[in-house]
Amino acid sequence: MSWLLEPSGATEKFLVMFVAILLFVAVMSLVLFVVDRPKRIPNWVVAIGFVGVPLAFLLYGLIRPTLITVWNSFFDDTSTEFVGLDNYVTAFTQPQFQKVLLVTAAWVILAPLLSTVIGLVYAVLVDRTRFEKAAKALVFIPMAISMVGASIIWGFVYEFRPEQAGIQQIGLLNQVLVWLGMPPQQFLIGQPWNTGFLIVVMIWIQTGFAMTVLSAAIKAIPDDIVEAARLDGLHGMQMFRFITVPSIRPALVVVLTTIAMATLKAFDIVRTMTGGQFGTQVVANEFYTQAFRQNNQGLAAALAVVLFILVIPIIVYNVGQMRKAEDIR
Amino acid sequence: MTTTPTPGQAAGPLVEDDSPATPRKLSRLEKRAIATKGRLSSPWASGIAIIIAVLWTIPSVGLLVTSFRPELDIRNSGWWTVIPGVFTGEAEFTADNYNEVLYGNSSNLADTFVNSFVITIPAVIIPITLALLAAYAFAWIPFKGREFLFVAVFALQVVPLQVALVPLLSDYVDWGINGTFWTVWLSHSIFALPLAIFLLHNFMKDIPASLVEAARVDGAGHVKIFFRVLFPLLVPAIASFGIFQFLWVWNDLLVGLTFTSPAYRPMTVAVAELAGSRGGDWHLLTAGAFVAMIVPLIVFIALQRFFVRGMLAGAVKG
Repeated sequence: MSWLLEPSGATEKFLVMFVAILLFVAVMSLVLFVVDRPKRIPNWVVAIGFVGVPLAFLLYGLIRPTLITVWNSFFDDTSTEFVGLDNYVTAFTQPQFQKVLLVTAAWVILAPLLSTVIGLVYAVLVDRTRFEKAAKALVFIPMAISMVGASIIWGFVYEFRPEQAGIQQIGLLNQVLVWLGMPPQQFLIGQPWNTGFLIVVMIWIQTGFAMTVLSAAIKAIPDDIVEAARLDGLHGMQMFRFITVPSIRPALVVVLTTIAMATLKAFDIVRTMTGGQFGTQVVANEFYTQAFRQNNQGLAAALAVVLFILVIPIIVYNVGQMRKAEDIR
Repeated sequence: MTTTPTPGQAAGPLVEDDSPATPRKLSRLEKRAIATKGRLSSPWASGIAIIIAVLWTIPSVGLLVTSFRPELDIRNSGWWTVIPGVFTGEAEFTADNYNEVLYGNSSNLADTFVNSFVITIPAVIIPITLALLAAYAFAWIPFKGREFLFVAVFALQVVPLQVALVPLLSDYVDWGINGTFWTVWLSHSIFALPLAIFLLHNFMKDIPASLVEAARVDGAGHVKIFFRVLFPLLVPAIASFGIFQFLWVWNDLLVGLTFTSPAYRPMTVAVAELAGSRGGDWHLLTAGAFVAMIVPLIVFIALQRFFVRGMLAGAVKG
């Protein structure tokens, strides 16, 4: 039976896959069959049949590990000796980690803000034009690309060749600099701007999301409001400022918070493009480094908890907005 | 979606209040009048729109063109230099890079291509099935503590994966199944559940209660109601979340990196490794990145309609 755990070759791998799916279907069918059989059965038994397995998964795979991680964050690097808040003190006071927090803050502020602004502007500009569909598709497509793929795409744009006779730039951005008569730059090395060039990749990915959601919200603005404003003499920027933006405020909040959360947890771009070197490290990637490279389990756990704590204010704000929206209704 | 967008995270029933108050249908003439008065009439506006569109397209075009150029050409000149050659027919293109990256010793992406499929398919089917069952119970089976449990599941979307990784990994090691496909499937399924349950529950709540009541009066049990009445109506919703989950798992790096052994790693991990170890070999990297992108791109473009629908349901409708 070892092939079930260690299949070799494509055929065995797909075979294991089918076994897994069949096994899953069989177990779930059995559970449903059992709770559906008897005629007079209390509702809670049926409910357990439906929610039991998913809840067990969540309890085992999310709630329990979270508690363990919180617990481990108060212990040393091998999780044996209690050290109190030392790991958190390290994370917040050592210059090295303060820098990581600062860079993470730059990500969480800049990426959502700029993706949302660009997505909004683009959605407004192409709204109701002849090319709307095609224009949207162009900005939308990066959403299908993995962050690793996007990192390679942009790594190639940023590629640097030293300025020497006979050597041509192969990265587009440096070639543009050369065309403009400027010296080529090592975009991913020069601090602090390299973090900005990494954030560009995130913005490139997330703008499509912002644009799609905001575009739908713009289309939902009642026409009579737009017309009334137009009769009042509002045009162009004024229309945008006084009608469009206030009308889609709830959608803006959703987009900003969703992208902020995605940004906070993302480590792929930093890991692929710079490996966290040259002052570009973020909390999510530092966690990975500490947990699996440095084997400092205590600090890694503390960083994961910090990540968790940083998400909470975003959620609280979001829920607050939700409440407000419900009150108005 | 890769730690990519997980739209709908805590989106909630947020935007419903700005749904249109049954807008008056505009005549075609009026619509056209609005369109011509629209913002693209100003050259500035069209200029900005075109700049954004170009910025969002050029990097991918560069990658694609480069991936088909001979290795030596890639090293010596930028991809834009082939543009005149395309018109004169002098430009040289080759599939060698793909051959090397797929079957060569340095990367062997063909194997990881298989792995990505083997990982992704169950990691889409299992959580969606589980989430459908749970969503059904939360929507249509009255039981004690239902509200509380649903809110708890909703709240679990907040937990970053990072918090769960190390404890799960140490369990898998203890059980002796670490690095196999089984742990990857399990992990992906667990991590997908909160959002899946939340979204599918919202879709399920939209189905008129009278339908469910009618079936109940006819003597149908919950299992029958679920499969005969609700399931057929939910196919579009399932499709839209299915695409999400597919893209998310296929593009994932964190779970693959943490839980797979080298023989079973997905393509994203292999490509990321290639970027780390052969950072300057753009003939391999561009081809590798494109191979990793092609499946999600096809899925995404073919099923865009469903995808947008799901995204809006998560983010806007709640």
